[in-house]
Amino acid sequence: MIDKSRKINVSEENAKRLADMSLRIRLDAMDMALASGNNGSHLGGSLSCVEIMSVLYGEVLHLDIENPLNPDRDRFIPSKNHCVLSHIPALAEAGFIKREEILEFQKDGGRLTGYPQRQEIGLEYSGGSLGMAISVGVGLALSSKEKNRGNKIYILMGDGELNEGSIWEALMSGAHYKLDNLVAIIDRNHLSYDGDTESVMAIENLSDKFRSFNWFVSECNGHDTYDLLKAFAEDPKGKPHVIIADTVKGKGVSFIENRPEWHHHRLSQDEYEKARAELTGGIS
Amino acid sequence: MIKVTPVNIKTWSRLGQRGSVFSIAMPEIAAEHDNLKLLTADLALLSGMDRFKAAYPDKLINVGIAEQNMIGIAAGLAMDGDMVFATTYASFIAVRSLEHVRQHLSHLKLNVKIIGSAAGVVAAKSGVSHWATEDIAFTRALPNLKVFSPADSFEAIKVTQYAASVDDPIYIRLSGGLNCPVVYKEDYDFVPGKLKCLKNTELHSGKMNVVIIATGLMVSRSLAAAEIIENSEGSNIKCSVFNMHTIKPIDKDGLDEIFSDYDLIVSVEEHNVIGGMGSAVAEYKATKANAPRQVFIGFNDTFLPAGSQAFVLDEAGLSPEKIAGRIMVECND
Repeated sequence: MIDKSRKINVSEENAKRLADMSLRIRLDAMDMALASGNNGSHLGGSLSCVEIMSVLYGEVLHLDIENPLNPDRDRFIPSKNHCVLSHIPALAEAGFIKREEILEFQKDGGRLTGYPQRQEIGLEYSGGSLGMAISVGVGLALSSKEKNRGNKIYILMGDGELNEGSIWEALMSGAHYKLDNLVAIIDRNHLSYDGDTESVMAIENLSDKFRSFNWFVSECNGHDTYDLLKAFAEDPKGKPHVIIADTVKGKGVSFIENRPEWHHHRLSQDEYEKARAELTGGIS
Repeated sequence: MIKVTPVNIKTWSRLGQRGSVFSIAMPEIAAEHDNLKLLTADLALLSGMDRFKAAYPDKLINVGIAEQNMIGIAAGLAMDGDMVFATTYASFIAVRSLEHVRQHLSHLKLNVKIIGSAAGVVAAKSGVSHWATEDIAFTRALPNLKVFSPADSFEAIKVTQYAASVDDPIYIRLSGGLNCPVVYKEDYDFVPGKLKCLKNTELHSGKMNVVIIATGLMVSRSLAAAEIIENSEGSNIKCSVFNMHTIKPIDKDGLDEIFSDYDLIVSVEEHNVIGGMGSAVAEYKATKANAPRQVFIGFNDTFLPAGSQAFVLDEAGLSPEKIAGRIMVECND
């Protein structure tokens, strides 16, 4: 069952609950990174969107765990699909998969491996090739409007991803069709693979760009769950909504934060211990 | 219900494949399928969608000149239960949008049909940017995607109706412009996936038995070429013609029969000889021992100068006279 009347609860108490969930997701991400061994994994861009995942799966999304394909559910698609180290733990938090399964995310032939589309466990779309999902979001939002589903479509994009040209085709069309059921979230962690987004291919002024495309813009601290709740609770009418979440790539682990090489990297046992100590030391 | 009459067949020919699909077939399909959506990239007028738009304004979505976004939007609509037809020039839908097609139609198997119009060199005067002479190669290489290439306007209607009757992702390649030559003068059974024999000459042990396998606009030209060959003085060649309207999945049973019956296979297509319909035939033929030799007639891995459609096709060796001439030379070799 989906309770469509449920509003987003913007409160300090709720923010604290979601911050606790974020810590659990970060610890899960470390377990997954360690389990990936020498393959390495996408820690940096997963850690930057942990709070976004917590707030989405812990509060914002109207999902139906008993009936995952309920057509009136909200849709969430991570277009920057390499954020699996925070997305998969969030799916476990939401109850789509068992906690034990998260370590199998690189298992040969596994159901979590390789950005699959598995809607029965909350994987709505096979993302991965950057820039495509926002167009799919426009299609889903158009369809939801026509069918009066009363739901929302959420698309998470990276900041580097915004270099992709077809994204701007999609943004133009989202505003043209007045899709106020479409919400884009930008994980503005300031780094793409080769370094600072402003030196690789500058995207600022980002807010102005979205405003000029006739989107409603919210800006927030992407690691402050209260700030995120407030941003998600905005419900502009007549235009699509973008939340530009200012974040830190690798957030939460000092030696990973803001380091481009941790976009995709191996986590050693030593580093794992150090990261866990840093993260759990944060519990008061 | 679309009525098949001599007058209508003439009208469809005048409208061409594109006009017939969007002004004749599509409104009928919309009447039968509540979940239909038709997407265009700023080519509603050119494609003859006026009638569709008047009858079903909510089912027509014009995404502007943004072909990649069009395929992504089509995917989103299909993920929520719609059957989507999306169209623009063949080159823009099958080449510019190719990765979206790969991801959404091929990989995710969404219920999206893409219709590429003006395939081959219909836009002969616009030049290479508007031609599609590699689209079969690109789409044929994508798993799960079926590829159709109708011979005339009537068959284009039938292919479109078939596409609407299944959930599969499909690419329909529309060739010929306005006044598309008539191949089918009366109603016939369209069988998807099966080669259609249009000219079946009696096999003759004392003669060279040639079979032309053609697709799209080249079917009518191949029929004309076969007449030229058989009527030429002292001709020792018998020439059958098959229409390969379904390029993928390929008709293996039909080809098996052809391989055992004929001395020479000739593939004729308005497409590069690399990767096209002829290549599809050859790939299968290569698995068969003692299959006959094949001649590939098409664009010879080159672009050509722009000009009238007749000029460009003649330069490419795709006029009936040049097709016939080439076959007669190959038979004498």
